[in-house]
Amino acid sequence: MQTVPSVPSSMQARLRASGPSLIAVAGAVLGLFVYERLPALAAALAAWLPFAPDSRAGAAIGFFLYEVPKVLLLLCAVVFVMGIVRSYCSPERTRALLAGRRGGLGNALAAALGVVTPFCSCSAVPLFIGFLGAGVPLGVTLSFLIAAPMVNEIALGLLFALFGWRIAALYLALGLTVALGAGWIIGRIGMEGSVEDWVRTCPATTAAAGLSGPVGWNAHLGAGSAAVRDIVGRVWPYLLAGIAVGAGIHGYVPTDFMAALMGREAWWSVPLAVALGVPMYSNAAGIVPVVEALLAKGAALGTALAFMMSVVALSLPELVILRKVLKPRLIAVFTGVVATGILLVGYVFNLVL
Amino acid sequence: MNRRKIQILGSGCQKCRKLAEYATQAADELGLDWELEKITDPARIAGFGVMQTPALAVDGVVKLAGHLAGVAELKRLLG
Repeated sequence: MQTVPSVPSSMQARLRASGPSLIAVAGAVLGLFVYERLPALAAALAAWLPFAPDSRAGAAIGFFLYEVPKVLLLLCAVVFVMGIVRSYCSPERTRALLAGRRGGLGNALAAALGVVTPFCSCSAVPLFIGFLGAGVPLGVTLSFLIAAPMVNEIALGLLFALFGWRIAALYLALGLTVALGAGWIIGRIGMEGSVEDWVRTCPATTAAAGLSGPVGWNAHLGAGSAAVRDIVGRVWPYLLAGIAVGAGIHGYVPTDFMAALMGREAWWSVPLAVALGVPMYSNAAGIVPVVEALLAKGAALGTALAFMMSVVALSLPELVILRKVLKPRLIAVFTGVVATGILLVGYVFNLVL
Repeated sequence: MNRRKIQILGSGCQKCRKLAEYATQAADELGLDWELEKITDPARIAGFGVMQTPALAVDGVVKLAGHLAGVAELKRLLG
């Protein structure tokens, strides 16, 4: 008897092969459906609670109930797209592109690649050694290491979703400028001697062979879903905490209160925001809802963004990690140059907008 | 069968611990004779040519870098 390939099984195979695409489309449709009905849903939910919507507690709770699902949905969408973009980049590819590049162009390329290359601050040390060992100049390496946390993909996506493309684009451009400038300055003043000695004597390494990235569209979609599970699974407590703080500001801080503290007229507000932000550490997902609430209360955009950048880009845990490969002098220069850059960004934003 | 050295490269973050746990489970399920070595020294990690942790090497050969893998995938990498 001849075996005839049965139609259902080949259809099943095709269905299985296109599974990730189908799930992605279904997820997008469902997400959009819920997103459009969020104001009504949140209002209906708030109406069950014994708080008048115009009371302070009512305003805070209403803000929380609406913002949590909204920001979560937006975050999933942003992380999914970024996960797909990042699955096309790898540190090995980035390193090969940057090796031997000097001057401003190298810094610019490094800053741009810092945004799209997957990076986790726990890998900062092996990445730093790997870059230097392959002949990437110190300043260019630092441009990469500054851009990666500074232009955080979560922050970028949430700014885009909450405030529109103009502010997201400004954040991206200024973040890249700070990374480019800071790396360029450190490269120019020649601080190679301030890298820990053992790093410089590390033998040059080549990329580990035999590791391949995802192949095929479904694998890239899978990388997007994996990023959502990983990142959203990790940052949601920060997000809830951030929205809770934002809700508190929304309900209890009088309108225009922030105008006096963080407004455009108060010239000292930008340095204060940076000084407060550096020792603080939060996830970008936790800080954007706070920024949103601060802006609504009259904080100037530049001041709020400077605060956000210093919280996200410069943090004590990160400096402790970098201390393993950088001598204290370079750590100080690094912190100073990046903080100054953020300061300038804050003033520029406040002047322009 | 030769004893395999399963090497986990990473600073000791949560993902590295998970990777060690999954890798030993995968090795046990395959019935391998194995020993585990955790490499946390950044200079040694860089010496493997690895720029992203967590990473997994078997007898000095890097099999996985930059992300966590499930027991099924690890069985394939160890087998």
